[in-house]
Amino acid sequence: MKKAIGNIFVGIIYFLLYLPLLVMVIFSFNEGRSTSVFKGFSGKWYVELFTNSSDIGIPVRNTLFLAVLAAVIATVIGTAAAVYIYYVRSKTWKNTLNTVTNIPMMNPDIVTGVSLMLLFVFVGRLVGALNSLNFFTLLIAHITFNIPYVILNVLPKLNQTDPHLSEAAQDLGSTPTEAFFRVVLPSIMSGVTSGFMMAFTLSLDDFVISYYTTGTDFQTLPLFVFNMVKKPVKPNIYALYSIIFLLVLAVLLFTNISGAKEKRKK
Amino acid sequence: MKQRSLLQRIIGAPYVLWAAIFIVVPLFIVAYYSFTDPNGAPTLANIKNLGEYGPIFRDSILYSLAATVISLVLAYPFAYVMSRKREKTQQIMMVLVMLPMWMSLLILTYSWMNILERNGIINTLLSKIGAGPLTLIGTPGAVIFGMVYNYIPYMILPIYSVMAKIEPSVLEAAEDLGSGGLSKLYRVILPLSMPGVVSGITMVFVPSVSTFYISQKLGDGKILLVGDIIERQIQAQNNYNMGAALSLVLMVIIVLSMALMKLFAGDTDENLYV
Repeated sequence: MKKAIGNIFVGIIYFLLYLPLLVMVIFSFNEGRSTSVFKGFSGKWYVELFTNSSDIGIPVRNTLFLAVLAAVIATVIGTAAAVYIYYVRSKTWKNTLNTVTNIPMMNPDIVTGVSLMLLFVFVGRLVGALNSLNFFTLLIAHITFNIPYVILNVLPKLNQTDPHLSEAAQDLGSTPTEAFFRVVLPSIMSGVTSGFMMAFTLSLDDFVISYYTTGTDFQTLPLFVFNMVKKPVKPNIYALYSIIFLLVLAVLLFTNISGAKEKRKK
Repeated sequence: MKQRSLLQRIIGAPYVLWAAIFIVVPLFIVAYYSFTDPNGAPTLANIKNLGEYGPIFRDSILYSLAATVISLVLAYPFAYVMSRKREKTQQIMMVLVMLPMWMSLLILTYSWMNILERNGIINTLLSKIGAGPLTLIGTPGAVIFGMVYNYIPYMILPIYSVMAKIEPSVLEAAEDLGSGGLSKLYRVILPLSMPGVVSGITMVFVPSVSTFYISQKLGDGKILLVGDIIERQIQAQNNYNMGAALSLVLMVIIVLSMALMKLFAGDTDENLYV
């Protein structure tokens, strides 16, 4: 009896969690232009997505380009930073670094976005630029909020590695640099990969920080959706997000299944 | 221990520089803008003008507190039920909780708007049976609902992750020692799950108190929160100084609420789940 109540409760929460997704998928097949009145079944919005007349192509490309670039740079800087923080001896300096790293994760997105925007505007005024916001300010902002998540993923892996391993490599004749690339890096690679993935997805999805730090010439998908939503939305955006939904589902299932397999092996 | 190599010393330089310029300096810039006028002359006008926004700050805090409490009340039993399932089921349930987090917040909120609005899906269905229309959108309830909807996964996951670690034998021991039902909950489960609750509360409260999208869409323009007025000052009125002052207050609210949480929870692991 108790169990049944628990299951019903969980079921209701899941229903509410997925209701807007269900509505999104249903209306992506709407014959009409509305996203709340269903006229009949049609796949035309999906077809439209893949034709040249689609207005979504450029924002999608922009978003992917930005996310890949920001995630790659953030992964390189962040991994290096994690290694540095790991080896830092001074406790105060280590704590300072950790606190600063926590700031972008703790601060609400709107504060991170506004503070970066004000920095760009301030510097822009100093050098007399007319437009202080552009693709590069957006890229800087994304790298900035990505780096802490890379550090967060890599640092625990470093703490798990055996410090003697690198020393052993050096005793066997490799330079510290060689020891790092041949011994330390491979053992933290899973953290680096998950840090990259996290950075990439955060970038893909970010709206608030991008909203404050981008110029008029570079629009990402979330910004496009925001501007679009001011007027009634066409179902094509629902079609796009239904496809994204399927992709995410596939990725999550895949990583979970392969993760479970790995666990079993151990 | 070996000497730190040159590599280990300089490898952090890019990040130290980056963090100084793009994390630390912007905070000072916010303070600078808060205490100057558009020409850069020092002034306290922005700070004095904050008084006007008192009711908006009050509403923002009240709404997000409500959203946090509701999320906690729903997420706690949810996480408990989840943590007592078979491992396979737990994994599937976890994926299902995370999936909406990966979707765009904008699109999900817009979908809720379609469901709740005056000519929306619920009212269309109601009119078919001769009832309605109900005013669902543009109410504080709708905004709080939107916050709960969007951020409840951030409450479920940290609570679940600590609950999954509670061994069934601990609960059995509690039962053997005569703790049943409520007493088991208060004396065993609750204390053990406290770290998850604390990080869940911050992870729901922080984005809720600073949102502007949810209040715009589900508040139908009738409900203004701090995020909305910051957005207005900066994007519509180009009043960076007032926008900065409001952001400064928002930061203070966040820091205070985190300090408060720490006080209540004692020293728990801060980044339990991020």
